[in-house]
Amino acid sequence: MCSLKRTALYDLHRELGAKFVPFAGYDMPVQYPMGVKGEHLHTRAQCGLFDVSHMGQVEVRGEQAAERLETLAPANFVGLAEGHQRYAFFTTEEGGIYDDFMTVNAGDHLYLVVNAACKEQDLALLRTGLGGDVEVTLRDDRALLALQGPAAHAVMLKVLPEATQLLFMQHGRYQHEGHDIWVSRSGYTGEDGFELSLPNEYAERFARLLLEHPEVEPIGLGARDSLRLEAGLCLYGNDITQTTDPVAADLIWAIGKARRQGGEREAGFPGANVIVSRLIERDDARRRVGLIAEGRAPVREGTVLFSADHHEVGKVTSGTFGPSVGKPIMMAYVDPGEAALGTQLFAEVRGKRLPVQVSQMPFVTTHYYRG
Amino acid sequence: MSEIPQQLRYSDSHEWILDHGDGTVTIGITDHAQQALGDVVFVELPEVGATLSIGEEFGVVESVKAASDLYAPLSGEVLEVNDTLEDQPEQLNDSPYGDAWLLKLKVEDTNAIGELLDATAYAELIENE
Repeated sequence: MCSLKRTALYDLHRELGAKFVPFAGYDMPVQYPMGVKGEHLHTRAQCGLFDVSHMGQVEVRGEQAAERLETLAPANFVGLAEGHQRYAFFTTEEGGIYDDFMTVNAGDHLYLVVNAACKEQDLALLRTGLGGDVEVTLRDDRALLALQGPAAHAVMLKVLPEATQLLFMQHGRYQHEGHDIWVSRSGYTGEDGFELSLPNEYAERFARLLLEHPEVEPIGLGARDSLRLEAGLCLYGNDITQTTDPVAADLIWAIGKARRQGGEREAGFPGANVIVSRLIERDDARRRVGLIAEGRAPVREGTVLFSADHHEVGKVTSGTFGPSVGKPIMMAYVDPGEAALGTQLFAEVRGKRLPVQVSQMPFVTTHYYRG
Repeated sequence: MSEIPQQLRYSDSHEWILDHGDGTVTIGITDHAQQALGDVVFVELPEVGATLSIGEEFGVVESVKAASDLYAPLSGEVLEVNDTLEDQPEQLNDSPYGDAWLLKLKVEDTNAIGELLDATAYAELIENE
C-alpha cells in the first residue's frame, strides 16, 4: 500500500471540512459540507474554487519544441500564438488517445497541463519522444487552482485585475505579493473562469484570498465531475481512452487543419495513417454522443444501450444526475446509425430498459468569456 | 454527528426499523446513511405485495455521485411503499426518520425484530466504520 500524496492545500481542505477520496494517487477533497449538488449549483450561480494541483504541470523547452510536440500529437502547436492555449491529445500508433492535455505557448517554452493519472506515462513519452535537445520539466513545485463561475471575473477584478483582460483560452503571467502566478482563462465546467498556477508555498495564502469573497465556495471532485459532464467535456479514462480514436470521440475539431490531409504539416503523429483516413472516410464503428434520460434514475458508466428494436448498440462511458439539467445525463459510444440527435435508445439498468434520448452536448449553455 | 433515535432498531446495512408491535414495521435509511450518500436524486422501491427475504436487495438509492443498494433487514410482505420519494427523493436527506420512510412490511417472524441492533449497538457500529 503506497501512501497517498497531498496537495499544498491539504490542510486548508481539512479545515474547510472536506471529505477525502483517493484519486490518481492523491488524497483529494471529493466534497465539502455544502455537498455535491449544492457545490455544483453554486458554481453555476456564482463561483467555485477547485484544487487541481494533482494535475501535471510540465514545461517543454527547446528551439524545436513545438515542431517536436507535433510528432506526438495531431494539434497545430507551431501555429499557436504566444499567450494562447490549445486543447490537444497524444495519440497511439493504433490511432487511440494516449492522454488529453492543454498546451500554452509561454514564449520561450511550451507549458502543458496533463491528467494526474497519466503524469508519469506522459513525462516518459515526452522525454523519449521529443529528442535530447528538448528539455522536459515537471513543475511539481507549483499548485494549480481553478476559479470557475459567472462571478469569477468580478472576484479576479479585486484580487488580480490584470488577469481579467484575458479572453477564453488566453494565458498571462503576473506577479502577486512577489510570487509568479500563471493564469489561463479556461476550465472544466462550461463556465467562465481562470486556472491559476502558483508556487506551492503561496497556494494556501492565495486560496484564502479568493475564499474571503462571499461569492467563492470550495468545490470538490464530485461536483467537478457533474459540471464537466454537463459541459460535454470528456474525462480521460472514461470517455476517451487508448481504444477510442479522435474521430469516434468527436474531437476532430482539436486536430489542426495543418495536420490533416493536404495541410502544411500533414500527418507525422502516431496513428496518423488510421486517423487521417478515418477523418476522410468517417468510417468509425461508433460515435461519442450525449444522452438524457426520460426518467429520474441515473444511468452510470458501463451501462449497455439498446436500440428500439432491441439490438445492443453501445455503452455509457460517463453518467450522473445533472443538477443544473435536472435529469440524468450521460456520455456514450453508439453505432453511428443511432447517433442522430433525438434518437431514442434504451439503457439497461437493474434489468429494466429505461428510455434515453441522443441529445445535444453541452447539456447546458456554456459561458466562455470571449470579450 | 448523525442522529440515532432510541426507539428504533437498526441493521448493519444502515436501515432503521420501527416496530409497530402488531407484526408490522416501517423501514427507512438512517441519518448516517443519507449523510454518507449525499444528495439523493433517485429512489427505487419494490411493489406492494412483494415478498422480501432478510438480506435481500429490495431497492436502490442514488445520489449524484453513486448508487447504493437497500437490503431487507427482515423477511416479510410489503404492505405499503412511500410513493412520494419517486418525485421528491431529496426528502431522504431532509427527513430520513420522518417523511422519507421507505416501506411498511408485514414481518414473517417477529422474533427476528429482537435480533436487530438497538440504538447503542448501531452507534458503536458507525463509530467503528
